[in-house]
Amino acid sequence: MPTDPIPKIRIRGLRKRFGDKQVLDGVDLDVMPGTSMVVIGGSGTGKSVLLKSILGLVEPDEGTIEIDGRNILTMSRHERETLNRQIGMLFQAGALFDSIPVWENVAFGLLAQQKMSRDDARKRAGEVLSQVGLAASVGDLSPAELSGGMQKRVGLARAIAAQPSILFFDEPTTGLDPIMGAVIDGLIVDCVKRLGSTAVAITHDMASAVRIGDRAAMLHRGKIVWTGPAADLLQSGNEVVDQFTHGRRDGPIQMELRK
Amino acid sequence: MIVLDWLAAIGRAAFAICRTTGAVALFGAEGVSHIVRPPYYGRMFLRAFLEFAYFSLPVVALTAVFSGMVIALQSYTGFSRFNAEGAVASIVVLSVVRELGPVLAGLMVAGRVGAAMAAELGTMRVTDQIDALGTLSTNPMKYLVAPRLLAGTLALPLLVVVADILGVAGGYLVATVKLGLSPSAYLNNTFNFVTTNDVVSGLAKAAVFGFLIALMGCFHGYNSKGGAQGVGAATTSAVVMASIMILAGDYVLTELFFAH
Repeated sequence: MPTDPIPKIRIRGLRKRFGDKQVLDGVDLDVMPGTSMVVIGGSGTGKSVLLKSILGLVEPDEGTIEIDGRNILTMSRHERETLNRQIGMLFQAGALFDSIPVWENVAFGLLAQQKMSRDDARKRAGEVLSQVGLAASVGDLSPAELSGGMQKRVGLARAIAAQPSILFFDEPTTGLDPIMGAVIDGLIVDCVKRLGSTAVAITHDMASAVRIGDRAAMLHRGKIVWTGPAADLLQSGNEVVDQFTHGRRDGPIQMELRK
Repeated sequence: MIVLDWLAAIGRAAFAICRTTGAVALFGAEGVSHIVRPPYYGRMFLRAFLEFAYFSLPVVALTAVFSGMVIALQSYTGFSRFNAEGAVASIVVLSVVRELGPVLAGLMVAGRVGAAMAAELGTMRVTDQIDALGTLSTNPMKYLVAPRLLAGTLALPLLVVVADILGVAGGYLVATVKLGLSPSAYLNNTFNFVTTNDVVSGLAKAAVFGFLIALMGCFHGYNSKGGAQGVGAATTSAVVMASIMILAGDYVLTELFFAH
């Protein structure tokens, strides 16, 4: 009898409070290996806090986060740094280091973690830049000289340079025009497939969510209120999801705001 | 009730001071611990060192020269009433080497490098660059803070050596050219009065001030919040706190070195 595969990422009972605000209130979520999970939700519902908790940037009050069956919240700092070598992250605004050139941004993990020589790292950065549709010569520029779309591509290149097994994307299309958004989504899908990685993206761009995700989850009032195939987002049958995905003013989300 | 409100406000302020002091101490201790543990980021250290030592040189040099000139003028005004013009050289060298060199260099560097450091780290914080370091298996304290603390501690004494020489030279220039004192007598008095202890105490002060400048710049920048306004506030706090700590630290170190 076949057993269910172990989730790559398993989150149980995750809670986080900031002052009076209970941002995460018992989040349960499974992300299966080699799949892409998109977490959607309104502004301030805790999507970024959830992502930062998985990345170890925010310490949850309660709950467990397991990666490959190991609770990362009880890991030592050294274990955590070792685990982070399997992780790539594309930040919302790119978060490129503006004191170093683009190629060094892309190769940062290779130089820091893998102790690659600067010549080899530079060559590898050129290869990764070409994978995200940028010329190797872009590597000589400063991040400040790049457009928003190019910064996202460089951020993506940095995230995939060390060939991680888990990729995180924080609002990957925010601030981009629809065409550039679609281009970035396409690159994300290509990269995730090429690497065979498990991916988690948070977004409130529905077109992006459907393009990137195999599965989707809706975060509302600190809880996951719906999970299902990303393709079903626009006809989920859940009133919270329906209101959010169709952008309707009236519904449970707005009623909550009126309270 | 008003009295209770006042007491509560004083209590809250006292707790806030204790909390911040503790946070700074822990931050500094963690930063120092990363200085001695590998991996080491030599390029980051070199960059911070150049920022401290090389690029601060003009402003520190100008400050030192003019300070030496002013002390020579002022002390001459006083000592000439008692026919003690010969003491001008000793006053200039002692005040420059013991106090003005390290303190003025510290204050100038706090305004230049401490502010830039807080602004850079603050911007990195609010644009997620510090979080990004963590996701790239790079400890931000080790990569950003430790090299700056070490650079500040080592660079300021070098700046102060230059400041000492230029401060004394400024005093010499005014004393010999404008006030008509004998050049050889001035130099004689200068070297006869200054001791190794004076120079070493000034350099030790400089090392402490350099550490404090880097600590304040890193602490306030690293913990800044709330976008551009937060970065601005962090920059201001870094300079103000570093300046206060330099002046207060100067008194404590002077007690330590000379109150025997």
